[in-house]
Amino acid sequence: MTNKLRRKAIRVDLQIIADMIDSDSRVLDVGCGDGALLDYLTHFKQVDGRGIELSTEGVNACVSHGLSVIQGDADTDLAYYPNGAFDYVVLSQTLQATSNPKDVLENLVRIGKRAIVSFPNFAHWWLRGYLLAQGRMPKSKTLSDEWYDTPNIHFCTIKDFVVLCRGMGITVEKSIALDKDGTRRRIQGGLFSANLLGQQAVFLLRR
Amino acid sequence: MTVPETLSIDTSALPCHYVTLGAEDPLRLDCGTELGDFTVAYQTYGELNDEKSNAVLVCHALTGDQFVGDTHPITKKPGWWEVIVGPGKIIDTDRYYVICPNVIGGCMGTIGPKEINPATGQPWGLDFPVITIADMVRVQAMLLDHLGIDSLFAAIGGSMGGMQVLEWVASYPERVFAALPIATAARHSAQNISFHEVGRQAIMADPDWRNGDYRLHGVRPCRGLAVARMAAHITYLSEAALTRKFGRRLQDREAVTFGFDADFQVESYLRRQGGVFVERFDANSYLYITRAMDYFDLEARYDGVLADAFRGARTRFCVLSFTSDWCYPTEESRRIVRALNAVAANVSFAEIVSDCGHDAFLLDEPEFHRVLAGFLDGAADHRGLPR
Repeated sequence: MTNKLRRKAIRVDLQIIADMIDSDSRVLDVGCGDGALLDYLTHFKQVDGRGIELSTEGVNACVSHGLSVIQGDADTDLAYYPNGAFDYVVLSQTLQATSNPKDVLENLVRIGKRAIVSFPNFAHWWLRGYLLAQGRMPKSKTLSDEWYDTPNIHFCTIKDFVVLCRGMGITVEKSIALDKDGTRRRIQGGLFSANLLGQQAVFLLRR
Repeated sequence: MTVPETLSIDTSALPCHYVTLGAEDPLRLDCGTELGDFTVAYQTYGELNDEKSNAVLVCHALTGDQFVGDTHPITKKPGWWEVIVGPGKIIDTDRYYVICPNVIGGCMGTIGPKEINPATGQPWGLDFPVITIADMVRVQAMLLDHLGIDSLFAAIGGSMGGMQVLEWVASYPERVFAALPIATAARHSAQNISFHEVGRQAIMADPDWRNGDYRLHGVRPCRGLAVARMAAHITYLSEAALTRKFGRRLQDREAVTFGFDADFQVESYLRRQGGVFVERFDANSYLYITRAMDYFDLEARYDGVLADAFRGARTRFCVLSFTSDWCYPTEESRRIVRALNAVAANVSFAEIVSDCGHDAFLLDEPEFHRVLAGFLDGAADHRGLPR
């Protein structure tokens, strides 16, 4: 009855997140999917990792691989965690799918001494061009759902996110934009170009 | 329905272990009564390792007993969790030392209302003190002391077994490495108390109950106990499962008979469930154990803050529920999970899709078993138990 762990290379944005996390820390991964990041962090950074995942398949995959994951929802379940319970709370590619991104963000920096948030940048030049040329809701390889059945209900741009953090008094410690080919680009000091060229962004935040 | 008028089963010599506890240090029950020199019947499987680190306590539910992984000596049916407990199975008896005691108040060899009260030389009947889930766990802790086991690798149980698991972590957090409360609740709901009350009233309304002294009169309240079982059994299933298994199909007949015979298959099934049950279970035990479940409210014990029951626990938790369980619905498990999150406990929680209702935890549910196996393997790695 042994479930062999699959150990393979993780997505490039997950790798950036993993690189921001210190070894032996306590990590909560909100929207952890099939547990790829948690699995990586547990085995290569010896973190004490926990996860929250909405989908039953994701939860079952995680737990049956020995990861500590609960079936839950970023919008409703974060409220039950105490302040400063984790060194890092990770929200990767999930913010845009939450009902109340601002509340979720507030909870992330409350529960975690640091929060790491990654999201697709809706101001990427290709999406801007798509909207301009086609006059329709942009779709791409990574954003492939139709507007009427996408789980992504709160898209934002890198600039939107920077403005929101500033408004909430959240400190951005590190921010990286990722181009289509995986090239990393610093957001601080180059917001305009990062917002235009970055396909996705990763932010390291603290209250 | 076959109704045995007397129960002649000798539960003092079943193929399991017996131990006398409380001789020096009596058991102090929640109700205030003290019990010394009482018997606990328990079953074990596998071998305790040299470090005594591989013990798994399986806590049985209301009508379960210690025969979790081998053929039941009375019913001759497979053990109630034989799909999970055994060599090479999820609770692998080649790897773990499995202990399953019959609870206090039970009727399979552990002290309960059908055993002899040393003060009178007669069966305890209603003189038996009212017991609680915490009392069950105290007895189990005494058993572990007797076996020389300081800390369990895991405590696992469904339904009332899950209540005992929660009680274990609340009372003896340092003695439980991993806790698996399955299809359970931290407090018994008004609906569940209601169903239990129906069952108890059915037993007490049986003229053969004789105010609990039926054994003195050589009779048994079989009809009342069977009705209690039938009513309870419905709560363990789901409408979907009943419809799938029986629908409105008729029992060995082409048309309804315009009478009160078991026309429908589902009636026949329930009657059979009731009939089989009374052959192995004691009516007074049913009263006492349902009462213990009704009294269970971990939250109230911690002044309404369930999280305080788990504060400081380093236990790894795996909370599981089933979608169609309306007896212990997922929301009850979620309450437990939220309380655990509030103290940043190490917790896994999954809701398993099944149409089998509360009983799903006893059945061959592949997804449930996959999650259970994964959690246990992960926990065993952290415990340093060799594969």
